[in-house]
Amino acid sequence: MAKVLMKGNEAIGEAAIRAGCLNYFAYPITPQTEVAEYLARRLPEVGGVFLQGESEVAVSYMLFGASACGARVLTTSSSPGISLMSEGLSYMTAAQCPVVLVNIMRGGPGLGGILPSQGDYFQATKGGGHGDYRLLVMAPASVQEAVEMVMQAFSLAEKYRNPVMILGDGLIGQMMEPVEFPDEYKAEPSNKDAWATNGMGTRKSRTRNLVKTLYLDPDELNNHNLLLKSKYDRMKQEEVRFDTYNADSDYQVLIVSYGTMSRVCITAIDNLKAAGLEVGMLRPQTLFPFPEKGVHAAASKKSCKIVISVEMSMGQMVEDVERSVKGQRPVEWYGKCGGDVPTPEEIMDVVRAKLKQSS
Amino acid sequence: MGKTYKKPEALSDNYTHYCPGCTHGIIHRLVAEVIDELGIRDRTVGIAPVGCAVLAYNYFTFDFQEAAHGRAPAMATGIKRVRPDLMVFTYQGDGDLASIGLSEIIHAANRGEKFTTVFVNNAVYGMTGGQMAPTTMPDQRTTTSPYGRNVEEAGMPIRMAELLATLATPSYISRHTVIRPKYVIRAKNAIKKAFTYQLENRCFSLVEIVSTCPTNWGMTPTEALDWTEEKLLAYYKLGEYKTPE
Repeated sequence: MAKVLMKGNEAIGEAAIRAGCLNYFAYPITPQTEVAEYLARRLPEVGGVFLQGESEVAVSYMLFGASACGARVLTTSSSPGISLMSEGLSYMTAAQCPVVLVNIMRGGPGLGGILPSQGDYFQATKGGGHGDYRLLVMAPASVQEAVEMVMQAFSLAEKYRNPVMILGDGLIGQMMEPVEFPDEYKAEPSNKDAWATNGMGTRKSRTRNLVKTLYLDPDELNNHNLLLKSKYDRMKQEEVRFDTYNADSDYQVLIVSYGTMSRVCITAIDNLKAAGLEVGMLRPQTLFPFPEKGVHAAASKKSCKIVISVEMSMGQMVEDVERSVKGQRPVEWYGKCGGDVPTPEEIMDVVRAKLKQSS
Repeated sequence: MGKTYKKPEALSDNYTHYCPGCTHGIIHRLVAEVIDELGIRDRTVGIAPVGCAVLAYNYFTFDFQEAAHGRAPAMATGIKRVRPDLMVFTYQGDGDLASIGLSEIIHAANRGEKFTTVFVNNAVYGMTGGQMAPTTMPDQRTTTSPYGRNVEEAGMPIRMAELLATLATPSYISRHTVIRPKYVIRAKNAIKKAFTYQLENRCFSLVEIVSTCPTNWGMTPTEALDWTEEKLLAYYKLGEYKTPE
């Protein structure tokens, strides 16, 4: 298929349909409402289900109910909306429901603002809802990558029977970029008869299925948590993804950055290179599982003197970077979260200043 | 002579955890009988609430989902939208439906979601040990209204059937009880009507059933039945509040 120019939010909606997801439940919130508007138009054309729920709380349970009876489902929201869905996320993860969520982050806390942010890193990767649970979190840096990740997300959600979140900043949703959809994409069929409450009569076994999260017996609950943990451990083995930039050079500084922020960093790295300073970058594409080994190896390079986590938050991912570097190099943070994305010039100044301080 | 009365197929062999004098057991049986009679067990999905009936799925023999507190109508919406061929019902108490889940039930009813709600109202939070509910009667003592419900602070009890019946979307809304044998058959007919409307893809339906909680009311089972008849039925009037055109 030829490239088309599309707004990120609309491309995300189209990607879901191409991945065989015809069920969408959502509540409007800036800066991702275009997904809902696009799918309100598009889903009836392909015989799908579009429903605007009364709140994000309700939406998360519509997702839960639909997913638990075996349907492929999507919701999209932005930061405050994800807070409201966090209760449902805890339940859906406990009940092992394969749902896909997109969070187009805006500035917080509270109402915050409507401009791009990466302030929901903790919420996405460390919880948000209650209990021991994890989401598989993917972070696109372009509209094209958002499309690819949304499409992969459904297979991953079904592979692990776990919610998958696409974590994009407001720019990913709002900007227009050329994007190419795969000509033919066959959603991998997944047999849900073993667990889905899709009506006993449709299943060979004709035994009933139960989707629940209550385990009153302590051993049973512990075993359930061990089962969930084994899936997170498997994600850490099989799903870690990251990209690098200027990593072959003898860089003195390693930047760790994701999403739109990483693209600004690339410009800064090119400019610094032209000015004679080598800087490398590692860009996590999965935030959970976090590329711990990749970051550790990149930071341990002989030439590397300092690691800087550059993010549109007050220092969230930096904690995972520190955890990965394990004290091998000093780890610094730079960020902004009012909605203005740091410029290449700001990043160049920060890199120079922090490098100077460290030597 | 052959067997003339037996346990419905939709009901399991498990003993229930319900207290003596609680009417959940009767209501479970009525739901199971209706499911058997309509022959829909193979395509029914029940949704258990949070509250005393959270373990309801242990007593039924078909697919079940377990909701978070108050969210059952949103889950039922999700199922019915993606699988309109399934028969879906929520089974909810008054803390679940009239307090924390008020928004979910009103919006599901107002959208005309084509599932059925069995709403069991016993004017108190049961599972958490007898706290005040939005349905608790004026002056009724609970662990969080130890001096009796003060309507100056807590307002008057919510009448859910009446409230939902104000919605314009066609629905079936009725209130029944099972505290005397004469009421039981009427309650069953209402449940059957509600499931039949769903089967015919006609409308959202809710059957409220005024129930007992001797344990948390501090009464014997028979006292609880009398108190229900005298106090609750005087405020929560039985009848059909809305029928589809």
